[in-house]
Amino acid sequence: MKQRRDILVVDDEAVVTAAVARVCGQEGLSVDQAEGGPAGLAFLEAAEYRLVLCDVMMPGMDGFRFMAELEARGVRAPLVMATGYSTVENAVRALAQGAVDCLPKPFTAEELLAVVRRGLACGRLLSAAPGRPGADALPFVPCPARYHRLGRVAWASVEADGTALVGLDDLFLKSISGVRSIELSAVDEVLGQARDCAVVVAGDGTRHPVMAPLSGRVLRANAAADPVLVEKDPYFEGWLYRIVPQDLDLELGRLTPCSSDRA
Amino acid sequence: MVDKSAEACTRCHQAGSPLERLAMKERTRVFRAGSGEPRMLGVINPIYNQPSCWTAACHVHSRAQTVLGVLDVTLPLALVERDILRGQAGIVVFSVTATAALAVIVAAVFRRWVDEPVEELLEATRRVAGGDLAYRIQPRSDDELGELARSFDDMTRRLSEARLQLFQSDKLASLGRLAAGVAHEINNPLTGVLTYASFLVKRTADRPELQEDLKVIVRETIRSREIVKSLLDFSRQSVPRKAEADLNAIIARAAGSVENQFAAAHVRLALDLAEGLPRAAVDSNQMQQVFINLFVNAADAMAPKGGTVAVSSAARTLSPVGTMPIKAALCPKRHSLLDPEVKVGGKPSIRVKVRANGSEGLAYLDPVYGKAGHRHAGSLESAAPALFSCPECSLSLMKEGASCPACGAGVYTFESPPKGMVEGCARKGCLWQRWEAVDGSGQTEFIEVRVSDTGSGIPKENLDRIFEPFFTTKGQKGNGLGLAVIWGIVDNHNGTISVESEVGSGTSFLVRIPVKV
Repeated sequence: MKQRRDILVVDDEAVVTAAVARVCGQEGLSVDQAEGGPAGLAFLEAAEYRLVLCDVMMPGMDGFRFMAELEARGVRAPLVMATGYSTVENAVRALAQGAVDCLPKPFTAEELLAVVRRGLACGRLLSAAPGRPGADALPFVPCPARYHRLGRVAWASVEADGTALVGLDDLFLKSISGVRSIELSAVDEVLGQARDCAVVVAGDGTRHPVMAPLSGRVLRANAAADPVLVEKDPYFEGWLYRIVPQDLDLELGRLTPCSSDRA
Repeated sequence: MVDKSAEACTRCHQAGSPLERLAMKERTRVFRAGSGEPRMLGVINPIYNQPSCWTAACHVHSRAQTVLGVLDVTLPLALVERDILRGQAGIVVFSVTATAALAVIVAAVFRRWVDEPVEELLEATRRVAGGDLAYRIQPRSDDELGELARSFDDMTRRLSEARLQLFQSDKLASLGRLAAGVAHEINNPLTGVLTYASFLVKRTADRPELQEDLKVIVRETIRSREIVKSLLDFSRQSVPRKAEADLNAIIARAAGSVENQFAAAHVRLALDLAEGLPRAAVDSNQMQQVFINLFVNAADAMAPKGGTVAVSSAARTLSPVGTMPIKAALCPKRHSLLDPEVKVGGKPSIRVKVRANGSEGLAYLDPVYGKAGHRHAGSLESAAPALFSCPECSLSLMKEGASCPACGAGVYTFESPPKGMVEGCARKGCLWQRWEAVDGSGQTEFIEVRVSDTGSGIPKENLDRIFEPFFTTKGQKGNGLGLAVIWGIVDNHNGTISVESEVGSGTSFLVRIPVKV
């Protein structure tokens, strides 16, 4: 039986892994530090983790290859990608490969803890989902088949008139401790794919930034997007923005079709 | 006995009976008595019978005789010939003088109207070939040569813009690589600082004296993070994150963060901020960086003796005409007409195909509403009625049945989402434009911030270049990015930045940020 630990942090910079260990350790979480992908895999041989935090740019084995290795070894722990070079491509690719969130470097202790807590919650929810007796009691609602999603953070739905609706994934909402308020961008502002477009303030005051699934100008922000409605009906009445997409064909291809979740 | 075959007689006595009448022309003859003799004029004067000849007592002529005799007079022509010669010489002298005078006049005219302009063109060609793309001819006429000079100027202007663009994109590409490298290298140590500092803020909740200092570290590290990000953003020309903010507070914050540095350099910041400024939708971090860069530049210009940097803010209401940028332009088939390759006033122009008098060309319209710095490629007759169309799909941009209220020519129109249709006069030279959505929203409110120093000033030849990336006069001390970043940020806020400078007396930067985006 493998040892159970909370967090594995993989980064070629010792100061980063040490900082993560210090902050999370103070919260009572057990943290192992690996300097690079191969060292991280060695840790995963020895123990089972509830969350993996991994850097993108590492010499030898980069974050994406490390993720692929985890997949190949059947490691089920949710992964958060930390990146110092937070380009849109990195973030979208990481989320498409199954990362639960991205954490742009440098981060504050609060930002780190917000992502870690959400990551741990996602792990709980995802491991509860499949193969359980009475599978209809899924702990979160997957997005409708015709939608596209950016990781498990946000969804986009292209409407008949060429505009797109943008909203929050139910797993994102279920992974935070209730929604206290949502801070939205204003009409006419331009959202960028995989750039923060809103902040969800959780019940405990934690601030969770939300990445936009598509780029585009905000046509309308849902005035009715009050926390209760968004939590109750995240895929329909609880949408956040109606946008005029800017580069739909390219960007839609980077998202995950929700229909693929139902195979 | 008189010889009838003598030279003077043969005119009448050629055959049979002698002639009685001779025409005047027949009666005169010019001849030489021998070679080398002067010419002679001979005139035959017949003496006709008169009634007095046969009635008078003294005479014996019969009444039947017609011609009584012939008076043949010969005159030497030496004097006449001399006069003729003299006259011929006069004519020759006059013709030579007149031709010479005419040549001088024609040469002068040519010199003034052809030679000098051609010489100027040649000089310009040499200068441009030598790489001086700032050289301009001053066209002084409206004829073909003036048109040629203007086209030449237009060509060099476009060349210099193209070169600048090439230069900039080249610089931007290397800047992008640099920024990516810097972002990666610097973000790891920054992560250490930021995580530990914010962690310490959490852990020292009971020690307010420590908290203050730690919060400064956290705040400034977050600012560093934004700077690194903006470097990446700049290299990718991305959009700012705007939120309503008080520009005065941002200016004060920027002033606070350079205070210590300025005190050491004997530089004083004199803030004169207008009260009750409207809040503007800006990216606070980016705007703070704009002001810090401007303050530091001003202080640098006054080194080493120091001085005062005067900063003032004010609310201004300006008409949208001449200030509002047209940031989108679509043809009816929704092709974008914006051409980032050809900029007018530093912003992508609106490119349209123009047909007039059977010839076709491109026009680059000024992307600032009402500013009319349009540029026409090709030679379109100035007063010809022109037809505008989309350069991509050739669909007409002309508004059917509409005519320009200023001159009556045709009206072009294109969509500028989300602000409706822009219309304008299609006749070259007519400046009429209308943008109802913008006109209807009344005048635009700006916040104007002026940063002035009493430093060394910027030489005129550098004024055009100071916003170029990597242009620096600070040698090793500067990286030439400061003003380029500022320009990008202000432009992304739909604002404008301009500079006035006099060598020796100082420089003044004027930043205008619209209150509403």
